[in-house]
Amino acid sequence: MTSPPPAANPYFPVTRNGVGAAVPRPDGPAKVAGDFTFASDLRAPGMLYGRTLRSPHPHAVVRKLDTSKAERLRGVDSILTAAALGCRPMVGLERRDQPVLAGVGDEVRYAGEPVALVAAATPGLARRAIELIEVDYEELAPALDPIEAVARGDWFRQQTIRAGDPREGAEVVVHGFYEVGQQDQAPLGPEAGLVIPDGIGGIDVWTATQALHADLGQLTEALGLSPERCRIHLAGVGGAFGAREDLSMQLHASLLALRTGRPVKMWYGREESFLGHVHRHPALMWYEHGAGRDGKLVFVRATIVLDGGAYASTSPAVVMSAAAFACGPYRVPNALIWCAAARTNHAPNGAMRGFGAVQVCFGHESQMDRLAAALGVDPIELRRRNALRPGDRLVTGQLVGGGAPVLELIERCQSLPLPDFTRAPALTGGAGRLTRDEDVRRGVGFALGFKNVAFAEGADDSAQARVRLERRHDRAVAVVKTAAVEMGQGIVTVCQQIVRTELGVDEVELEPADTLIGPAGSSSASRQTWMTGGAVRDAAAEVRAEVLRRAGAPAHGVAGGHVIDVEGMALAPIATFLETPIEHQSEFHHRKTNALDSDGQGDAFVALMFAAQRAVVEVDPEAGLVAVTQVTTALDVGRAINPMQVHGQIEGAVAQGVGLAVMEEIVQRGGRIVNASFTDYLLPTTLDMPEVLSALVEHAQPEAPYGLNGVGEAPLIASPAAICAAMRAATGRSLVKIPVTPDHLTGLQEVTAPRQVVPGEQPLGSDHTPGGAS
Amino acid sequence: MIRITVNGELRSAEVEGCESLLHVLRERFHQWGSKNACDQGECGACSIFLDGDLVCSCLVLAAAADGCEVVTVEGIGSDLCGRRVQEAMVEAGAVQCGFCTPGFVMAITDLLKRSPHPGPLEVREALAGNLCRCTGYVRILGAVAMVAEGADR
Repeated sequence: MTSPPPAANPYFPVTRNGVGAAVPRPDGPAKVAGDFTFASDLRAPGMLYGRTLRSPHPHAVVRKLDTSKAERLRGVDSILTAAALGCRPMVGLERRDQPVLAGVGDEVRYAGEPVALVAAATPGLARRAIELIEVDYEELAPALDPIEAVARGDWFRQQTIRAGDPREGAEVVVHGFYEVGQQDQAPLGPEAGLVIPDGIGGIDVWTATQALHADLGQLTEALGLSPERCRIHLAGVGGAFGAREDLSMQLHASLLALRTGRPVKMWYGREESFLGHVHRHPALMWYEHGAGRDGKLVFVRATIVLDGGAYASTSPAVVMSAAAFACGPYRVPNALIWCAAARTNHAPNGAMRGFGAVQVCFGHESQMDRLAAALGVDPIELRRRNALRPGDRLVTGQLVGGGAPVLELIERCQSLPLPDFTRAPALTGGAGRLTRDEDVRRGVGFALGFKNVAFAEGADDSAQARVRLERRHDRAVAVVKTAAVEMGQGIVTVCQQIVRTELGVDEVELEPADTLIGPAGSSSASRQTWMTGGAVRDAAAEVRAEVLRRAGAPAHGVAGGHVIDVEGMALAPIATFLETPIEHQSEFHHRKTNALDSDGQGDAFVALMFAAQRAVVEVDPEAGLVAVTQVTTALDVGRAINPMQVHGQIEGAVAQGVGLAVMEEIVQRGGRIVNASFTDYLLPTTLDMPEVLSALVEHAQPEAPYGLNGVGEAPLIASPAAICAAMRAATGRSLVKIPVTPDHLTGLQEVTAPRQVVPGEQPLGSDHTPGGAS
Repeated sequence: MIRITVNGELRSAEVEGCESLLHVLRERFHQWGSKNACDQGECGACSIFLDGDLVCSCLVLAAAADGCEVVTVEGIGSDLCGRRVQEAMVEAGAVQCGFCTPGFVMAITDLLKRSPHPGPLEVREALAGNLCRCTGYVRILGAVAMVAEGADR
């Protein structure tokens, strides 16, 4: 074998910007110039503006609905109520359990539930019309306590996991109660879209979503349209993070467009956005860990209560995820996990980046630190002793495949440099800073997190892609078509890179994503690069095979726009063989999985992704101020298709982890969100953002294209736990709830368990008397 | 009737009393580059130059901008510093979903025009009024450094 020829040699062409390169995204230039069209920027001639009337009550019966005043308002085109629909369509991502509109005699089950729709000539008129609709509600007592709900069996899913002997005892046992607040995805782009009727009973929908075909299924069912009559086109998506998995305005605007026969645009303001999408499940967790004196885990028992809110959304899948990952990435021979998502009259909770794994990670990692303290062992050493290794089994019985480089992640994360502790503390605040340097306490925390990639439990979330190679002015140009949603994560860049690698061409065009091709599945569960990337790779490989067939011997491959021989030498430009274009469509499936059984056993996951994270904080314990100064991450990336984008995912995930750890929480009183704005719901800014250092650990995922692994979620799973651990180290306080507030840091307020619950068992209701009938 | 010079072009519109400058730019002048993410001056996505000052256009009454000169993200590329910021944002990987990007382009351009070589805390303070939910700001700060360093060359 000779050494590779120099890149500059024209006879040995090289493909640039393919798999593994840090390529800038193709939509970047339009986005920095303000030329990129987001869903809220859409318009059409003659369009109307839609708006939704929502219930102000968390639980009530609609007794009377009077739209007559609103109808008389000049400029109001249509008002839709449940009665006007004439049927009772239901929507919902996993279960169709939510009425599209609550009508007279119906219950509203959360504050924010849609009751009526308006289409008017201007946004202002639509708002006025909404105010003129008179609704009489008979208020009912809302169910707001998730513990009471699960105590009486009112849940969207309950999952138990039993491994080994769930009643096993141990030499060292630690207990803990932990709580995670309700986080909002807070994508900067609010829900928005435009629906245009085609005049023959069908519609074209432009919207910002995470899964075009999931929307299509719900829309066509609810509208009673055949799928050919409804075409969904991806409009520019301003971030998602789980908030766009469920429908928001898509169906409302479609109903109004079909009713009025005119284009209808809807977009939410920030307050309505908080009501119009699901949030991360708040969690209450009771844990018990047992270990031998040698520090080896003997058992984990836990009860995890999630608040599902009023409708199912993705609660069933989140329950599975929280239960399955409740023990952390450790060897746990005996486990008993009881997990459920309660049905309450809070706004529905569902998907957010990390999907159940974030909440339980805060629980299991807090416990590992507690256990380390009880054993007198270094917390990182304790994690090393118990780390999952390839060939181990999860508590769900599944064999751990792939790299599972937990030990290596720990080492790599620890090997990243700590900040210089000799320099002055970084607590910011400018002129308003009151803290004296000598009062600042530093702390370091460490956490491990893991989660599955792609949909679990038997889902066949396959992806389709079509690749065409054609000649344009003697150049070979590839054109790619998928329904994969680009929401900021960079699937568009990845698709181009894959096609360049497979076809050896520079120019790769992406056709708009829409439902005119088969599904790509959701841009969620860290799956899109794996799944759509796999379909694009396969389709492109077929196209390449046809190029080589046309070229004939001695053609061996493609590179740098040329067909090359076995030595890598150019034979002829690829365009030579494109007298007619070559096109191929592929469908990519991941391996089959199974649902968990009633003991939580099953081969439920396609693959796992792991992360190790370390956080450094500086705390002013008197004022209760905290600055997260550094977060380091070692991430199990399989293979980095685009290292710049992988780092971007880590940095963005760390920011959301900082938010959950120290500031982000939706506050509800009496079933109503009271901080539905960016003034009151705090997001990290440049002043809150720590230094971020990352190590990409590359061990090929055996079944994934190019050996890649999902990367979107893992760096958010452990970061809140690591940051909280650092705050504990700095203050010595127990800090059992995130986000940690100034009052928690000063000790003015302490969070305690709202109820005694035996870890691993179903919580009992407050009316339960010990020994008596419940 | 109000008259505003938008990116060098004189525009006029009949506006209602309560309309924000952001609303008029978007809905009446169809300059969609400035974004509507919070409508209360918290996120900075609607940042523009109003007579040379960086402002949140959602907090400015359109009527109050009568006779003013406005530069939006659509026009900032004709400014050398603005164009460098735009290019650096792409190159540094500072753009993900892009919804906050127009606001950051304006805020960074404003900073670098005032202070071509800002210190790290100065940069963070200058950009603290702009929210980004995707990037964790790391690469946005990198883009600022890229332009500031390039200014020497």
